[in-house]
Amino acid sequence: MDKPDVQQLEGMAKQIRRDIIRMLVESASGHPGGSLSAVEIVTALYFQEMRIDSANPRWPDRDRFILSKGHAAPVLFSALAERGYFPKEELLTFRKINSRLQGHPDMNKAPGVEMSTGSLGQGMSAAVGMALAGKLDKKDYRIFVLLGDGEVEEGQVWEAAMAAAQYKLDNITAFLDDNGLQIDGPCAEVMSAEPLDEKFKAFGWHVEKINGHSFPEIAEAIARAKKIKGKPTMIIAKTVKGKGVSYMENQVGWHGNAPSREQGEQALAELV
Amino acid sequence: MENMATRDAYGKALVLLGAENPDVVVLDADLAKSTKTIDFLKIYPERFFDMGIAEQNLIGTAAGLAAAGKIPFASTFAIFATGRAFEQIRNSVAYTKLNVKIAASHAGLTVGEDGASHQAVLDIAIMRALPNMTVIVPADPVETMTAVFAAAAMKGPVYIRLGRPVVPVLFPDDYEFKVGKAVTLREGKDVAILACGIMTAESLKAAGELEKEGISARVLNMSTIKPLDKEAIIKAARETGALVTAEEHSIIGGLGGAVAEVLAENAPTPLERVGVKDTFGESGKPQELLVKYGLTAKDIKEAVYRVLKRKA
Repeated sequence: MDKPDVQQLEGMAKQIRRDIIRMLVESASGHPGGSLSAVEIVTALYFQEMRIDSANPRWPDRDRFILSKGHAAPVLFSALAERGYFPKEELLTFRKINSRLQGHPDMNKAPGVEMSTGSLGQGMSAAVGMALAGKLDKKDYRIFVLLGDGEVEEGQVWEAAMAAAQYKLDNITAFLDDNGLQIDGPCAEVMSAEPLDEKFKAFGWHVEKINGHSFPEIAEAIARAKKIKGKPTMIIAKTVKGKGVSYMENQVGWHGNAPSREQGEQALAELV
Repeated sequence: MENMATRDAYGKALVLLGAENPDVVVLDADLAKSTKTIDFLKIYPERFFDMGIAEQNLIGTAAGLAAAGKIPFASTFAIFATGRAFEQIRNSVAYTKLNVKIAASHAGLTVGEDGASHQAVLDIAIMRALPNMTVIVPADPVETMTAVFAAAAMKGPVYIRLGRPVVPVLFPDDYEFKVGKAVTLREGKDVAILACGIMTAESLKAAGELEKEGISARVLNMSTIKPLDKEAIIKAARETGALVTAEEHSIIGGLGGAVAEVLAENAPTPLERVGVKDTFGESGKPQELLVKYGLTAKDIKEAVYRVLKRKA
């Protein structure tokens, strides 16, 4: 597959946002806010950055992506479907009985899912394990992880952050979807983990701060991360929760509520 | 093989396994000297990862290694593995069916002087309740070594429960542990004693003494708690009509609980459970604790007397 340009990536991002809305309307449950905020990050990884083959999802040399903030499953499933891991029609089975597309990603059900997640804080540890295995096997695959900004309140994230630095896991590139909101309100009011850049630096990480909706900035940050030796990289991506749907943007109430059919139509009308 | 703690046998098994299988990796959480993973570290340092005092990440990292094709053995004390990191085991290991082997040492009261904070007496119940989890409680050093190899050979999550104190050898060197198979160590017709871990040796001792009193006691080593050998339990129940379980664990949810479930549904039979009676332990020498908390051959014999009175 040829590398897409920014315009093509933006077109795909829009398509993925439309997929997310359709999935959530159909399932009448799920998490739109944190799915929409992560669209550019996930799109850049699946359509520009990662060395993957949807026809061979378990290819040993593939890059890996772990959605540690597993409630953003709609963005992952949409990207996987658009990338050809399973039929796009299947997106409408999300969260329904007998579906491969569980409410939170299940690696044994949905093709392309690298790690079952959903209980926050566990994805980074899995990344550490995969990165250690990659080093041990002298493979050059990279591990990408996406965490939420509320998620870093989990202690396990920092256990894993310590280990990634201790073992010099420069094959890990993590993204922090810094949309500023968690279920109970603004992260700054619920339980501030700021300053996040200083914290990850203090834990031995290389840190990048970018606009998480800018494809050029995402690509440049990943390119810099690849050049850093002996350290994992954390890309703190400033994002807007609910990005792309006017009535959802920066609204905490859209963390875990699905839009109605009418609201979905309005969202799709905006995403053209 | 000589008498030794099951954790020591685990360390020796890892070294042999490491030579045989390059995919075997070992993780610990700052307890390598105690869990005996240090034996592996000395020979295969590149395949050993100390995760520090961070058990949640210990288990999560093991899951990631397994997802990338390795066979990780993750070790720490049983209390921390199954307590501190329970949810990581549930979501990152059991739910995912990843090939992680959790070899947890210092299980039971025989941790001794460290006291209740360190004494895992609920771990079998916790691990047994998890779908996809195999639970193994070896009785002696020989069984530990063969069980470690069996765990590595099978696909999927395994919990292996190891102890701190030296225990006697019960099995011949050529004994081969089979997952899910109870082993009859002594035939008997009046009562059957079903035991695991250090209580298997105590059960054999009790059965020897009972024989002198004219009571014929069968002894079954139930080293696999899950999947449980239901046929062996039902057969013992039908042939003897009275059962006693013995474990260094709470009587709630462990071997005794598992056997009670099988009996209630398949072959209602009088049952007495020897184990920790819904209480925390305390500091003391292992032997003192076993006496105080009712985990000796004497306690097994008394349970046999009680169950024989209830026998129809």
